[in-house]
Amino acid sequence: MSERLYAIEVEVNGARRAAEVPVRMSLVDWLRDELRLTGTHVGCEHGICGACSVMLDGEPVRSCLMYAVQANGHRVTTVEGLAKPDGSMSALQDAFCETHGLQCGYCTSGMLIAAQALLDANPDPTGEQIRDAIGGNLCRCTGYQQIVEAVELAARRVRAK
Amino acid sequence: MSEYRYIGRKRRTKEDPRFVSGRGRYVADVALPGMKHVALVASPHASARIVAIDAKPALAMPGVLAVVTGEEFCAGTDSLATGVDAPRLTRFALAKDVVRYAGEWVAAVVADTRALAEDAAERVEVEYEPLPHVIDAERAMAAGAPLVHPAHGSNVILHKRFVWGPVDEAFAKAQHKLAFRATWGRSATVPIETFGVAAQWNAGTEILDVWASIQMPKYPDQVARALRLPGNAVRVHYDVDVGGSYGVKRGLKHTVLVGYLARKLGHPVRFIEDRLENMRGGDMQGPDRFFDMQVAFDSDGTLRAWKIRAVDDVGAYAGRAPFQLGKPITAICGPYRIPAVEYDATSVLTNKTPQEAVRGFGQSPTNFAMERCVDRVADFLTMDRIELRRKNLIRKEQFPYTIPSGSTYDSGDYHAVLDKALAAIDYPALVRARDEARKRGKLAGIGISTCLEPSGGNSAFEVLLNPKNETTTWMDSCLVRVDLAGSVTGVMNTSSSGQGHESLVSTVIGEVLERDPSSVRVVRADSLQALPSNSPVGSRMAIMLGGAAAGAAKRIRETLVAIAAHNFECAPEDLEYRGGDVALKGAPDRKLTWDQLVEIAHRKFHRMPPDVEPGLQAKFVWEVPTGGALPDAQGRVQIYPCYSFEAHLVYVEIDPDTGKPSLGRYVCGHDCGVMINPDIVHGMTCGGIAHGIGAALYEKFSYTEDGQLAAGTFMDYLLPSAMEVPPLAIVDHCTPSPLTTFGQKGSGEAGYLGAPAAIASAVNDALAPLRAAIDTLPMSHLAIWKAIDAARHPERSEGSPMARS
Amino acid sequence: MKSAPFEYARAASLDEACALLAKHGDSAKLIAGGQSLVPMMAMRLVRPALLVDINEIAALKFVKVEKDGARTGACARQCAVERDDALAARVPLLRQALAWVGHVQTRNRGTLGGSVAHADPAAELPLVARVLGAKMILRSAKGARTLDAGKFFAGPMSTSMQPDECLEAIHWPAWGEGRTGSAFTEIAIRHGDFAIVAAAAQVALDPGGRCTRAGLGLGGVGGTPLAFPEIASRLVGAKLDDEAIDGAASDAAKESDPGSDLHATKEYRRHLARVLAARALREARDRAMAA
Repeated sequence: MSERLYAIEVEVNGARRAAEVPVRMSLVDWLRDELRLTGTHVGCEHGICGACSVMLDGEPVRSCLMYAVQANGHRVTTVEGLAKPDGSMSALQDAFCETHGLQCGYCTSGMLIAAQALLDANPDPTGEQIRDAIGGNLCRCTGYQQIVEAVELAARRVRAK
Repeated sequence: MSEYRYIGRKRRTKEDPRFVSGRGRYVADVALPGMKHVALVASPHASARIVAIDAKPALAMPGVLAVVTGEEFCAGTDSLATGVDAPRLTRFALAKDVVRYAGEWVAAVVADTRALAEDAAERVEVEYEPLPHVIDAERAMAAGAPLVHPAHGSNVILHKRFVWGPVDEAFAKAQHKLAFRATWGRSATVPIETFGVAAQWNAGTEILDVWASIQMPKYPDQVARALRLPGNAVRVHYDVDVGGSYGVKRGLKHTVLVGYLARKLGHPVRFIEDRLENMRGGDMQGPDRFFDMQVAFDSDGTLRAWKIRAVDDVGAYAGRAPFQLGKPITAICGPYRIPAVEYDATSVLTNKTPQEAVRGFGQSPTNFAMERCVDRVADFLTMDRIELRRKNLIRKEQFPYTIPSGSTYDSGDYHAVLDKALAAIDYPALVRARDEARKRGKLAGIGISTCLEPSGGNSAFEVLLNPKNETTTWMDSCLVRVDLAGSVTGVMNTSSSGQGHESLVSTVIGEVLERDPSSVRVVRADSLQALPSNSPVGSRMAIMLGGAAAGAAKRIRETLVAIAAHNFECAPEDLEYRGGDVALKGAPDRKLTWDQLVEIAHRKFHRMPPDVEPGLQAKFVWEVPTGGALPDAQGRVQIYPCYSFEAHLVYVEIDPDTGKPSLGRYVCGHDCGVMINPDIVHGMTCGGIAHGIGAALYEKFSYTEDGQLAAGTFMDYLLPSAMEVPPLAIVDHCTPSPLTTFGQKGSGEAGYLGAPAAIASAVNDALAPLRAAIDTLPMSHLAIWKAIDAARHPERSEGSPMARS
Repeated sequence: MKSAPFEYARAASLDEACALLAKHGDSAKLIAGGQSLVPMMAMRLVRPALLVDINEIAALKFVKVEKDGARTGACARQCAVERDDALAARVPLLRQALAWVGHVQTRNRGTLGGSVAHADPAAELPLVARVLGAKMILRSAKGARTLDAGKFFAGPMSTSMQPDECLEAIHWPAWGEGRTGSAFTEIAIRHGDFAIVAAAAQVALDPGGRCTRAGLGLGGVGGTPLAFPEIASRLVGAKLDDEAIDGAASDAAKESDPGSDLHATKEYRRHLARVLAARALREARDRAMAA
């Protein structure tokens, strides 16, 4: 059987994207390989590492555990969509640079998605709440310390505005 | 506060902005027109004869271009090299005739997409005849064990014994002796990005272009050799971002396979391991080692000598991994004044996935064994573990300190770092908290470890372990150029995997040239353009790349001064270099600015001093400090040049009814000399501690009796999340190295080298009131509960829990 | 780890889903949150010819708090259920259990029905269903039927649902008694991991502190989540002191039939069963006393 295709329409980072996708293609593979939004990464393909995290209708999900066809009619935000409208870094992205909350960068997009979702819902999270929010995102470089500091810093800065 | 303008000060890295905006470029992001994809067929058996392979059903599947088996591949390429003296060991990406571990790759399928390749891989029919297998090192060494490589004649591929100093005498004279076994479970640093490689053969230029998630020295050379290409026919693009490596990303077999396929098929080919391929067949597992420790000591706590017998199960093939038994020789008495040491190291083949180099290259398991030994001595003497360490730690007045195996520790003040860590964690309060928790019925413990992080990457252990391989060159390099516009570019010659090398190089160049590092661009040469480099291994880059960048920048600076001297008709000593401008001492307005000097260099040859090249560029290639010597007859040699030090303190509570450990306060005192970028160093140290928590409590590549990898996914190989890693505090100290440009020592392996030892110390302190002990990592919930249960029901267990674990 | 090829149908209604199941039977599989199913498809352990997506059926996403309990549609997201305060007040065990279920991302997509239908004997939601005696409303092209949790779970990853049936809703009974307290606890190796052993308990006390009703269950110690109605009924009439609780916990552990795997031996599981059952009962009692 050659790949069965299915027509979808998904809003990705604010832009309407129409495509015909192989039915069995995962959402993360579609975003990366077809839309060339390579900021989202593949780490395990079985829903544990969180490197593939994107926002679906504003909530973080594992895009390796969804098929692209399932995103039809929904809104997806990837790391490329986190910047401010003028293209500059969000407060959170800037905070990650300030505290050096990353090293190799591979888990970073997933961390940003998870952390941004947290701050959207809870502007004043405790350290424990931050760790819980990123508890489904594995990092092998940082030991999480400077990531948690970045989220705390971003929260402080946004609250101060 | 730093004495330097840029070095040692807080500074944002150059790399972070692209990663936070999703603009990294990893190998899976490299898309070449017409690229094809690979999936592997893997052996289900730990040991078997390959009877027949039928690829026809697979070749009939849609989108499939080729199925390559070991028969074809092993005829068309050369074997990868084994580092130890075992010439009959061959190693190829695809198995031929026999498979030696479950997960070994037997055939490669190439198709238009990865999904189609996987569909076809399922249809390759392989007939196997299972053979006896062995998955335990001691059984593999015993007579009659199945041989993993019969041509080699045994399963032992390395056995070396060294005696440095009067060991037997020390054991005879000492007042006490202890013996026990410490076991380091098979784990590895498992990056979130798997290994991947893309290759493209250009028949017109006869160059094989390679993009890979790579971290290793001598990669293009070994790829070329295996593919039977001249060395200058392989061009590795080092500007691919690597998603973490911590030693393991040495995918030589993957690269030779993909290079072969690219040339055979005339298409670019890309192979990204999926997680199943990575865990079982990627050959990136880590040390799997037991240590039979014997220590001789006196009643006052003085350590007189120790004997370390290390046996490591390397798996079914060996590249450089057995050398992970040799590197710890560089610090074989730890940070202690032990005058006599015996070291007996054996590397054993079994039918398991092969090991690769893991962060620390064997130092963390060895530190763990040494620190268990020190804790047991303390327990034996009912002496405080910290006091015992204080007594035996090398004292600051004793540096440089030469250890029995021939390495000299460059500098240190171990007592000061320990004191800082104790103060930072408020040790007396922590002890009170522990004692209070114990009164409330909890098992509570404080762990301590004092460990070295040897750095600089002088791999003299290679010659020590394989005298036929006489090699002493461990160099690195940098090219600095100033262009016609006056902008500065530094060129480094290897890949990076999160260590912030662009920040390192730009900071160092900026420091020497007194120009803002933000204005310094750092790029990477490809392997055809590159100056020699030994890549980021052995915590060497701050020292070696930092030194090379400084050396090259210094030559630029000297050239600028020489140009000014020529134009002012004076001696260089009469001039002052400030921020890139050069002025006469005492007459600051008689100067040539940076821009003027740059213009003379590039455009005004008539104003150039004689014998100075036009343009403004300098390279610097240098050998590791103290390197270049071969071992003497007693097997003594300087291995790594610089010694960083870490003192870990950690609090743990264990639920006595479930065995569940919970880490509390964690402080790491750390001395790596001068830090070039503190945030980078702290980040890597915290990451190292998290790796150590994994190795100590959670991670193990477990095998079943029939040689199957039971922990082959992230559901069973458990990586610690932000909920398992507690908040970490790093406390800095600085004893500069006298051997390096700015006094910096290496710190890429920091945290990992001391954390497992500290956590083992904490768990054992928590179990001490029960007279239970654990000397095996990982200390899983089950293992901890078993130790508690055995201590509570001694009538049920076989023998004392203290004798061995 | 790319899935084997399959056909895809997005059901717009439960009727449509049932019609597809009736037509394709065993070779069709329903996908809701996909948090358990997709990893298995990625590893090619599960290879349905047809994937029927029920995520877009709005009628399956409801959460209704009623007098005698709550009803949740099969596709109610775990995160929505977790956030529902009225539901947490009526059936507190649900929120207590959900605190242990996976991570934020998995709860954003995972559904109550999906977890229950997946029937992992160590999973939290099936255990809650078993302890509370939840009722599963099943629909097929032929009609509807209701199955009690005790009959619903058939074995590891296996339910009594027919190939042509779709879980439509779950009824979670609430207790009418005044002083009621419940608790959920588990031992997992890392936060969010599958439970090695889980325990759920619910008790009601009279004004004198005597137990008037009790429920106790264990997960991870059998082929299905286990409930212990007889052991629980023996607690009725007694003051829930340590002796009574430890006795009940010990009895429950003896009746369980755990297996061994990489992370836990059966002895360890049996031991945890006893410890966690006691902890859950104690915590439930303390909450009931404070109610």
